[in-house]
Amino acid sequence: MPDLVRLIGKRLLLGLLTLFAVSVLVFAGTELLPGDLAEVILGQSATPEAVAAIRAKLHLGDPAIVRYWRWFSGVLTGDLGNSLASGRPISTVLAPRLGATLFLASVAAVIAVPLAITLGLLSALWRDRTFDKSASAATLAAISMPEFFIGYLLVYIFAVQLGWFPAISRISPSAGFGDRLWAIALPALTLTMVTTGHMMRMTRAAIVQVLAAPYVEMSELKGTPRKAIIFRHALPNAIGPIANVVVLNLAFLVVGVILVEVVFVYPGMGQLMVDAVAKRDIPLIQACAIVFAITYVGLNMLADIVSILANPRLRHPR
Amino acid sequence: MSRIDSYDHLLRQGGLDRRSLGKLAAMLGAGAAIGAMLPGLARAQETPKKGGDLMIGITGGATTDTLSPLPSTASIHTCSSFMWGNCLVEYGTDGSAVPELAESWEPSADAKTWKFNIRKGVTFHDGKELDAEDVVWSLNLHRGENSESGASGYMKQVVDIKADGKHAVIIELDSGNADLPYLLTDYHMIMMPKDGDVTSGNGTGGYKITEFDPGVRVFGERNENYWKEGRAHAATVELVAISDPAARTAALQTGQINIMERVDPKTVELMGRVPGIVIHQAAGGGHYPLLMRCDTAPFDNVDLRLALKHAANREDIVDKVLRGLGKIGNDHPVPSGDPFFASSLEQRTYDPDKAKFHLKKAGYGGEALPLSTSDAAFAGAVDTAVLFQQHASAAGINIEIVREPSDGYWNDVWMKKPFCLSYWGGRPTADLMLSVAYKSDAAWNDTFWRRPDFDKILIEARAELDTAKRQEMYTQLQTMIRDDGGALIPMFNDFVDASTEQVKNFELSPQYGLCGMRAPERVWLDA
Repeated sequence: MPDLVRLIGKRLLLGLLTLFAVSVLVFAGTELLPGDLAEVILGQSATPEAVAAIRAKLHLGDPAIVRYWRWFSGVLTGDLGNSLASGRPISTVLAPRLGATLFLASVAAVIAVPLAITLGLLSALWRDRTFDKSASAATLAAISMPEFFIGYLLVYIFAVQLGWFPAISRISPSAGFGDRLWAIALPALTLTMVTTGHMMRMTRAAIVQVLAAPYVEMSELKGTPRKAIIFRHALPNAIGPIANVVVLNLAFLVVGVILVEVVFVYPGMGQLMVDAVAKRDIPLIQACAIVFAITYVGLNMLADIVSILANPRLRHPR
Repeated sequence: MSRIDSYDHLLRQGGLDRRSLGKLAAMLGAGAAIGAMLPGLARAQETPKKGGDLMIGITGGATTDTLSPLPSTASIHTCSSFMWGNCLVEYGTDGSAVPELAESWEPSADAKTWKFNIRKGVTFHDGKELDAEDVVWSLNLHRGENSESGASGYMKQVVDIKADGKHAVIIELDSGNADLPYLLTDYHMIMMPKDGDVTSGNGTGGYKITEFDPGVRVFGERNENYWKEGRAHAATVELVAISDPAARTAALQTGQINIMERVDPKTVELMGRVPGIVIHQAAGGGHYPLLMRCDTAPFDNVDLRLALKHAANREDIVDKVLRGLGKIGNDHPVPSGDPFFASSLEQRTYDPDKAKFHLKKAGYGGEALPLSTSDAAFAGAVDTAVLFQQHASAAGINIEIVREPSDGYWNDVWMKKPFCLSYWGGRPTADLMLSVAYKSDAAWNDTFWRRPDFDKILIEARAELDTAKRQEMYTQLQTMIRDDGGALIPMFNDFVDASTEQVKNFELSPQYGLCGMRAPERVWLDA
């Protein structure tokens, strides 16, 4: 047991180090963006005087390391600072966007994850039969199309032609849970389609691989029923790789949905980050990047821990 | 084609040009009467209906949006300013200066000192009554070195602004400017209460902003005390930020919005065929130039510039890039609908032989000329560059296309690279357009073309009150830019919006789309 705790502790520490490294990279990356905030805020109407006025107001002349430390120490104390461009506190800008993205991601995940794992299991169970082949073809088709294309296709069929769901996903502050679900039906469906295939195929492959292992063959020879083999022997041993692909897709649902957000005009994190980049709103870019990094690193950490717990062999590295 | 053209025609036939009519009226202090009469021509003969929720799908939303009108650049920003606020002067649908918060105005004989009479009994949303002090304070926000206003450039000519009693304001200029009322139609110059918060949205406009989510939506409820008669019909107006043209189209088709700004030229024909959808196409002063820096080799050679100007097939570009939704240009920035458009000036045409002649004079040896482009300049800028490359190669010119990143285009390419594509929105007057982009010391002189004789005539023309003389001077200025300047202007783009057929009174404006960004207070819903 202490071994297990130490192992997980090590993994957590590694995660934190990764996040620190990411924060440095993010800062360096934003420094490399062409143009500066003052000129971008003013756009085509930037006169030298106006640019100078804004630069002075925003302390853009300070050295990079000073600005990095000011920001990083703020993040550690939970203060993300103010948006340079709009002057509003970043937490108030970020919170509703993150909430919107997490809501959409959770709805998509709640549909996609069980669906993908069930389909993967069934495909493995009925390998090379019609079900397996058609599920494989359908999901392959869905992941082969770019997500914006699927989005437009769904809009065309379900919004423009049939009129069942709205074409753009606007959620008014007073909307109830049902209205919210209805508003995000199409983006959630899009995301389900683009993530299910990946997870399903990985689940199938992992289980098929385990099924080829000698101990499964042994158990088959002993006459264990096929279902029992899959659920008792194959699935627990396949949890590691399945957990990995599931979190990869969960992370995608949070950090990779920008195209879907644009197609459905959904005010989420992706749109926020693109805006921030376009305006060179450095603290906001950094805050978004850190949120994305925490999501990504955190979920991967979770997958590793699940693998460690599910597979005793990983606890005793040789 | 568009309604604007037909009114132009009508007014020209009458032998009286609008601008002089408007000015005559203003000088007589009777601007209100004439101003009210002219848009009357354009208004549909239906009785507007009150109420309804108007939703507009609009571009330009960003999380950095604010309600302050000072740094305004994008559509959603400009349009929301006109929801809650008014200017002193309104840019009329026919290009006239219509009295808004200024009831009338009188220039001095040299057009250097102007008196604006402020409308009485107008209140802000918070109940305070508008007076001359508020006007002086609001206008001063656009002056001085530290102003963050996009209008600060134009306002440099203002020497002094002072109140004259409670309901008049005197504006003094450094030299005469007959077009001052037009300057005050600028969307940055919204009147706000003195010493107030510029981001509060507290104005005199038809809608009170009750919800504002930057980059997402602006929502306003009708101001029941709105002073302007027969305007602001809908009960609520919502501007919905939709940057993706396909999403705007789908939202309009499914009735989630009533109006969409900026139809993609590629789909406009298809959209026009959808039952229940109306396309609104306004010809105006917006144009897409290819900018050559006159201070940088090899573009500092006028013959090379002329060769390039002769090497562009304008009709082809308008057909293919704008899909016919625009007009060909004549290498100067004044649109044909402008009263001071140089109609006597010969249209430049595609002529590879003439181009070759000038190339030879310029001593061009076939070296590659890099042309910087990106769709950040305008939708279709890359296509334009490719087309132009083909046209020019027929004249033996070797154009090398440089695709620049969209990000930072305005910082790193525009006014930096020697040859690049760009765009200009319409300006209310010829003087303003020439002053912001072609005067030697203009902040946005993006061709770096400097001609003291041009500047001299420009300043004289500004102060000239005789329309015939002014026309002559402006023709001279346009000729100078056309034959010597650094801008190759192949096309003027139309503003194309679409709405459901329930939207009535969509008054086109030559200046911008969405009824000159004033759609919220002009249209009404026939539900």
